[in-house]
Amino acid sequence: MSAVLEGRAEGPTLRQRLAARGIDGATLLVLPCVALILGLFIYPFLYGLMLSFEPKDGSLFGNYARFFGDPFLYGTIFKTLRLAFPVTLLNLLIAIPIAFRVRLMRRQRLLTTLLVLPITLGTVLVAEGMLFYFGPQGWFNRALMAAGLLSTPISVLNGYWGVFISLVLTGFPFTFLLTLSYVTGIDPSLENAAATLGAGPAARFREVFLPLLIPGLAITFCLSFVQAYSVLPSAVLVGDPAGATRVISIAAYQAAFEEYDYSMASAIAMIMGAVQLLVVVAVLGCRSLFYRGPAAGAKG
Amino acid sequence: MTVGATTFKQLHLQGVRREFDAFTALKGLDLTIERGEFIALLGPSGCGKTTALNCIAGLLPVSGGRIMLDDRRVDVLRPEERGFGMVFQNYALFPHMTVRKNIGFGLRMRGVPKPELEKRVDAALAAVRLESQAEKLPGQLSGGQQQRVAIARAIVVEPPLVLMDEPLSNLDAKLRLEMRQEIRRIHQSLGSTTIYVTHDQEEALSLADRIVVLRDGAIRQVGTPAELYALPAHLDVADFMGFRNRVNGELVGMEGEDALLNIEGTVIRGRMRAASASKAAVAAIRPDDLEPTGTDSGIPVRVEAVEYRGRGFHGVGVTASGTELHFASPYPLQRGAAVRLGADAGRVLVFGDAR
Amino acid sequence: MQKSIMSRLWVFAVWAVIGLFLINLMGLIASVVTSSFGTRWLGTWLPAGFTTRWYFAAWDEFQLGDVLWVTFQAVGAVVLLSGLLGVPAAYALARREFPAKRAVMLLLLLPLLVPPITYGIPLATVLYKAGLGGTLTGVILANLVPTVPFVVLVMIPFIEQIDPRTEAAARVFGANIFQMFVHVLVPMLMPGVLAALLLVLVRTIGMFELTFLVSGPGSQTLVVALYYAVFASGVRAVQSIDAMAVIYMVTTLVWLIVALRFVNPTQIVGRGKRPAA
Ligand SMILES: Nc1ncnc2c1ncn2[C@@H]1O[C@H](COP(=O)(O)OP(=O)(O)OP(=O)(O)O)[C@@H](O)[C@H]1O
Ligand SMILES: [Mg+2]
Repeated sequence: MSAVLEGRAEGPTLRQRLAARGIDGATLLVLPCVALILGLFIYPFLYGLMLSFEPKDGSLFGNYARFFGDPFLYGTIFKTLRLAFPVTLLNLLIAIPIAFRVRLMRRQRLLTTLLVLPITLGTVLVAEGMLFYFGPQGWFNRALMAAGLLSTPISVLNGYWGVFISLVLTGFPFTFLLTLSYVTGIDPSLENAAATLGAGPAARFREVFLPLLIPGLAITFCLSFVQAYSVLPSAVLVGDPAGATRVISIAAYQAAFEEYDYSMASAIAMIMGAVQLLVVVAVLGCRSLFYRGPAAGAKG
Repeated sequence: MTVGATTFKQLHLQGVRREFDAFTALKGLDLTIERGEFIALLGPSGCGKTTALNCIAGLLPVSGGRIMLDDRRVDVLRPEERGFGMVFQNYALFPHMTVRKNIGFGLRMRGVPKPELEKRVDAALAAVRLESQAEKLPGQLSGGQQQRVAIARAIVVEPPLVLMDEPLSNLDAKLRLEMRQEIRRIHQSLGSTTIYVTHDQEEALSLADRIVVLRDGAIRQVGTPAELYALPAHLDVADFMGFRNRVNGELVGMEGEDALLNIEGTVIRGRMRAASASKAAVAAIRPDDLEPTGTDSGIPVRVEAVEYRGRGFHGVGVTASGTELHFASPYPLQRGAAVRLGADAGRVLVFGDAR
Repeated sequence: MQKSIMSRLWVFAVWAVIGLFLINLMGLIASVVTSSFGTRWLGTWLPAGFTTRWYFAAWDEFQLGDVLWVTFQAVGAVVLLSGLLGVPAAYALARREFPAKRAVMLLLLLPLLVPPITYGIPLATVLYKAGLGGTLTGVILANLVPTVPFVVLVMIPFIEQIDPRTEAAARVFGANIFQMFVHVLVPMLMPGVLAALLLVLVRTIGMFELTFLVSGPGSQTLVVALYYAVFASGVRAVQSIDAMAVIYMVTTLVWLIVALRFVNPTQIVGRGKRPAA
């Protein structure tokens, strides 16, 4: 109060000027949160970046040279992308039609809960369950053989497809949840309007839903991609951690906790982050070509 | 794409019903609409106007009954196959398309070639006076401008049947009058059939060829504006048509067409509109028709308030039993004065209790 | 309404995918549960007999009592701190326009857009340097990095949909920012806060990577202990690992179901407006 009373006729007080720019007591509430991220995310990241330029051999780019010189190391990037990209895309492509179906249902809750269930399981439990379920004596192979679809058990474990399935199982719920919330956020009267103007189901999807969904789907893709990209537990447990599913996080983990070369581990982490950010920037860049705004039918 | 008629002679609603779980929103509508007619669907909020419109448009499946265009059944068609135009209560403009794209949407869906499409969109933009806003997104328009885009989007495809759900509810008074004329003009120039939902009786009276009054999901009365205005068939309709005074009385006899009604000891004459099983009845009178008689006949009231209304005075009186009566007076009256009020027999409507 | 063959086929295909997903998921879960209650299970549809002894075995072998207590402490602290830090920040971001707002939003998005392993490794290095590596405090701090931004981003739309005039009214009637928060905002935000925090809870129980990188022998949460058990399987009976997995599953499942009672899952991101239309 006093600051206001002291305000002279010449002009507004400092507090008023700050408030006019949107800075007042309430704005300061972001500070603790920002401090936390700066301290626990940005600082370690920068620290890791510095550390990565101080390799054991003393040269500035020693770690990076080693990484990109060794196919066993740089190959992990492609192995990771070869898993993360198809998995994310598949999850998104399944999630969209299911979300459109669930949107029309009256009692969505039970189905949604079931579909979201694997979120609680986590990667470790899914991997553990897969060892049983997809194993040579597991129910999956038994059922297919009993139905006469298989003569000998197929093995999906300990290789690319084991990790692929585990990533679909654990990643789908998250992708689905995000997609569903974007799909239900679209005002249903827009679809009605398009229908009365002569647009069939396909045209309605193409002309109305898709353009409105693209921004949300781009974000969903990025967030799901992050999940699929750091596949450590399933790559180790149901994959082939020395071969086909030697993903980049395994390389980073081994450098840090098996070779105790934190400098190299940081370098790999930086490369990992850079690749990931590249993908995100590319996807979000595409998004900005589209309409971004409320998905409701303007104000009403 | 369009299987529904590009033109038709009559639209029939035959016992159209719609239920939401246990709640019946439409209780069997029967109505025949001629081609080229302008029909106003009038009724209080929640009476089922939007539901009826959605059923006709195909946005809601009917729970029973049929909708026919001449002898073709349309209630089995999907909305995009009916080829009707619709203006939504909340506009439902596509937020990611410019005004021009929004208006051209229906034409694009019908595969109209580009040059013709542009020409027709320009004409529609001109009709709703939005030429200067063509490249904006709906989010950048005012409420009234959005409403006009919604109208243009519906009419640009020149649909045989245009459905409008309170298209003028968000406009200011002046624009509303202008748009009203515009809608009427467009209706006539297209030769289309229009079903227009509103809860504004003045709008319905001025626009429509026929008015359909809906109440609690059922049709109360269908008629020309003049019929409804002069002779509402039902107390609810009378209420909507400005019969503000409703007085309870007792039927004491008939004289030809006229009913004699005893109101607090005074007998007045009125037209019998709905039969009565008992002697109880209600008289409905417009304030403009009720005037001080200046004689010993008429209902005695004590004047509570008088307002100047330009052409005369508007008074509020209270009868001995406490019923409020609104009346018109050519001369000023003192508050507290005792006067007697009366009206022409033709202007008093008597409704029995057999609803 | 008649439907074309194509649209029928399409609906069938969608349901088939849903069914396939659910059947395999249920089979997977049921495998683990069955195994954890089974005696001997080799090459048959079902185990030879049923028993509960693996649960007692797992409890002792993996010191589940301690692990659960550590998990409880870590998760509780993370939930509490994310709420205290995240909700006020979300309020400021939802209600005020200030110069650095876009930068702050980007800063908060980054931890969600970068895989935990990526920042987990340098973060673990820093925490070990600071003497926090392997401690419960370290585990809590590391887990706050993704959860606080998560709370902020979930809460912003919740706050935006509350009419600012209610707050203005409170201010006009003499409440200061703090009082307004306690008496007006918090009660209105409660459903949103609960939802966000329950999701943080589920996420933190399941957060493997960060905890794995930062925790030491005395600060392992359930999911990390489970990973080690599976990774080093062969040492212990498979069934007791399964019993542990079931215990883990039940702990998170309970919270997820509680969470879904409070929130419609579709409202987690958007505002999920559905006009009656
Ligand atoms: N989806 C629905 N589920 C249940 N009841 C509904 C649904 N839609 C409408 N109703 C009910 O049906 C009745 C008619 O609704 P409708 O929207 O047709 O009213 P309206 O005449 O258009 O009113 P207004 O003038 O306020 O727009 C209302 O009582 C409403 O509560
Ligand atoms: Mg309506």
